[in-house]
Amino acid sequence: MTDVPDHTEVLIIGGGVGGYAAAFRAIDLGMDVTLVSEEPRLGGVCLLRGCIPSKAMLEIAELLITTREASERGIEFEPPNIDLSKLRDWKEGVVEQLVEGLTALAEKRGVHVLTARATFESSETAKLEFDDGEDTVRFDHAIIATGSRPIALPDTPFGERIMDSAAALEMPDIPERLLIVGGGYVGLEMGTVYASLGSKVTLVEMADRLLMRADQDLVEPLAKRVASLFDAIHLETTVTGVEEADDAVHVKFEGDDTPSQTTFDRVLVAVGRRPNSDNLRLDQTDVELDDNGFVKVDEHRRTTDDRIYAIGDVAGGMLLAHEAMHEGGVASEAIAGEPAAFDVRAMPAVVYTDPQIAWCGLTEESAKEKNRQVKVTRFPWRASGRALTLGSAHGLTKLLTDPESGRILGVGIVGREAESLIGQGVLAIEMGAVTEDLARSVAAHPTVSETLHDAAQAALNRPLHIAPKSVQQ
Amino acid sequence: MMPRELKFQDPGEGIHEGEIADVLVSEGDEVQEGDDLLVVETDKATTELPSTYSGKIEKIHVRAGDVVEVGDLLVTFASGAGEEAQEEEAQDEEKSGGGKAAAVGELPGLEEFEEQETKSGRNAKADAKADRQKEKPNRKQPKASERPIPASPATRRLARELGIDLREVEPSGPHGRVIDDDVRQAAEEQPADKEETKSKKKKKKKEKGAPAEAAEPKAREKQGRERPELPDFERWGSVERQPLRGIRRQTARRMSLSWQEIPHVTHHDWIDVTDLERWRREHALQIEEQGGQLSLMVLVIKALAGLLRRYPRFNASFDPASQELILKQYYHLGVAVDTEDGLVVGVLRNVDREPVAQVARSVTELVERVRNREVESEELRGSTFTVSNVGPLGGDAFEPLVNYPEVAILGMGRARLQQVVGGDLDSPTTEVRYMLPLSLSYDHRVNDGADAARFLRDLGQALRDPETMLLNI
Repeated sequence: MTDVPDHTEVLIIGGGVGGYAAAFRAIDLGMDVTLVSEEPRLGGVCLLRGCIPSKAMLEIAELLITTREASERGIEFEPPNIDLSKLRDWKEGVVEQLVEGLTALAEKRGVHVLTARATFESSETAKLEFDDGEDTVRFDHAIIATGSRPIALPDTPFGERIMDSAAALEMPDIPERLLIVGGGYVGLEMGTVYASLGSKVTLVEMADRLLMRADQDLVEPLAKRVASLFDAIHLETTVTGVEEADDAVHVKFEGDDTPSQTTFDRVLVAVGRRPNSDNLRLDQTDVELDDNGFVKVDEHRRTTDDRIYAIGDVAGGMLLAHEAMHEGGVASEAIAGEPAAFDVRAMPAVVYTDPQIAWCGLTEESAKEKNRQVKVTRFPWRASGRALTLGSAHGLTKLLTDPESGRILGVGIVGREAESLIGQGVLAIEMGAVTEDLARSVAAHPTVSETLHDAAQAALNRPLHIAPKSVQQ
Repeated sequence: MMPRELKFQDPGEGIHEGEIADVLVSEGDEVQEGDDLLVVETDKATTELPSTYSGKIEKIHVRAGDVVEVGDLLVTFASGAGEEAQEEEAQDEEKSGGGKAAAVGELPGLEEFEEQETKSGRNAKADAKADRQKEKPNRKQPKASERPIPASPATRRLARELGIDLREVEPSGPHGRVIDDDVRQAAEEQPADKEETKSKKKKKKKEKGAPAEAAEPKAREKQGRERPELPDFERWGSVERQPLRGIRRQTARRMSLSWQEIPHVTHHDWIDVTDLERWRREHALQIEEQGGQLSLMVLVIKALAGLLRRYPRFNASFDPASQELILKQYYHLGVAVDTEDGLVVGVLRNVDREPVAQVARSVTELVERVRNREVESEELRGSTFTVSNVGPLGGDAFEPLVNYPEVAILGMGRARLQQVVGGDLDSPTTEVRYMLPLSLSYDHRVNDGADAARFLRDLGQALRDPETMLLNI
């Protein structure tokens, strides 16, 4: 059995992005760290079967779509031959390279990494179950970083043909007919991947629009795009029954406009995630959960049990990898006695579809909910030279600013490279920049980053590439 | 208008604290300026504190036995409107409100960013805090429209570190931004009593034992962390960096703690153990048959057990928070064991009750178990006095560090034959004796040089005459 210390200063449960970020920070602050993960490989859902492999596949999707549509610009390609197993190997290779890097970093820093299932025995001890036995470790502090898992449809467990996002990323085959349940970012990203590989994709969503958390004007160009890429999109449609047969899945729908097709080769269920807080024996501690099973934490990410912290998906929030990483640092610093707190003002969110959507800080929806007056300025990308050359004329850059002070409060972007552009918005908001700061920072021409600069100029009513009257408030 | 209150002031002799010996008045009493209110005992004198106001006593903030520091609030007088006093109370409550943050301070610099999606379970607290902020009556510069207060992440961290609420800072940065200088200035302007009361509250919280003891040394360690950066050693040649792990890391931390917390003094002496050594050799075989090794250390340990009963202040701990000595009525001797991974202090329990053969067996067994890493961490706790024997490796005088939170440690060097000069000035004689060098390091807050000299003298006496010693104990 693995060499287990009987005492550790910081016990981290979970080897995902939150867990390793917390571990590295804690050890850099001079603490003795033991990280326990059920999985032998570090990286968690994000690296092993989430963010990273999905981005690898989306890169392929973009390549396929771009070459297919190049004919509009006078370049004709033969339809590609797709070697699925080679594609899978490439994707796995990317993941493996990152896992190796992480493992080396953990080793170099001196983190004790153990592969075991950890459960609490008290507020100071945890039981570790290994393949070949069990052990107990005492800790001064613990950080719960166990993440979340996909929610299945009621009475419909995941199966061979009824996949969760992880199974869909395994790319078992390219199904001819794929049903995606859920119009959030996972459904849209995976739909884009499979549609580009040749599947006929049907997407159903319970709500009246896609990507509920993003502003409608940002979703619109994406909605148009997927409408042509996918076979069919049905909003306000619920799935009432799913039956998995040997060679297909039969689905029943409910709604005003249900899909005519009811037989699919595979179904991807992407309706949300639930916290992994139920198998930790938290009843042995003073840790409390909220009604949805998320661990309750304060601004230091400390739970209701003084010795125990929780970070990442298991503690709720936006369930984003970079959120978990940041929280990991906060928790470890707080444990070390530093004045750390989670005080993020602009948490970026990115959807890697074609076009990409990204936003940070305040959204129009959230401003409305909070009854907060904001000035909204939109800069359409059809006025950007670079956007046109990129074939991204449908893009949009949007600024939400304080009507009095001109402070930048929120940034929303739809279009190519939104994932990179949003960083400027994050920096501006965190630094308390005003519109004029952004307007007077020179953007390289021609770039799509110019659209932020253009939007800021438009907000000051001195637009360059659009007519002043088109400034919307 | 300043609230009418009496604070503890330096009586003029550079005194920082005093103990309330008696409270001469009650809340609600009418007093005249000059009436004595409290009796305070400092280490120099006992003094009556006269009232600085005439009027009714609204609140007495101290009780007999409390230790007060300069600047601490002692008594509040009812004012005309009676408002100020209440306001003070309200603020006090607020300060102690976030009871959980003791380990990392109260972090008033943290601002809830209402626009940010807050995590579950945090909302109630955030709202409550925001409400209190709104109610706060005499805010210097209310910035009604600005939320969140514009300040960079680094400035926000500084505010948390200095305990400054960004809402109460006058911004001097461009476009209303709070900058580092503003925060530093606010910290300097913070009324002394606010600072003092706060630090005292924190202290009190710790006394109550919450949060977990583990958090305390870390907070303390934090103070020591402000150390100068190391130079880039690679400028002068190649280096290898090795992470400190396990025992090494623990030792580094515990020794820093001991060095920082304990004012050390070491007393050295040579003890004549000629007869003891003869006695030891005579009985070694017999003890060995019983499974123990009769080393000099065993005999020293046995002698110490008897001696510590007579010197309770060497078998103690010091509680600086309550200014109390904790005298232990049990005698558990720590034995420093050199293992492959570093130094581990094993514990021999109740050595005073064990016959010498048993102690010999226990030491032999303990050393073996520690070296084989068979001891549980709980077994390594609770020692009251430690012995470190470097004799087998050579050397005479050294200066061992006290094993915190004990108050003394005995170092044993290598016993050897030495020429000892006796007789008197006029007729000196020389004799070859077997001499043992001993080094007693002690906490000078608890014991003085004379105590240490007596302690070692009596230890020497006991060791000189093994028969009597072993009979007596």
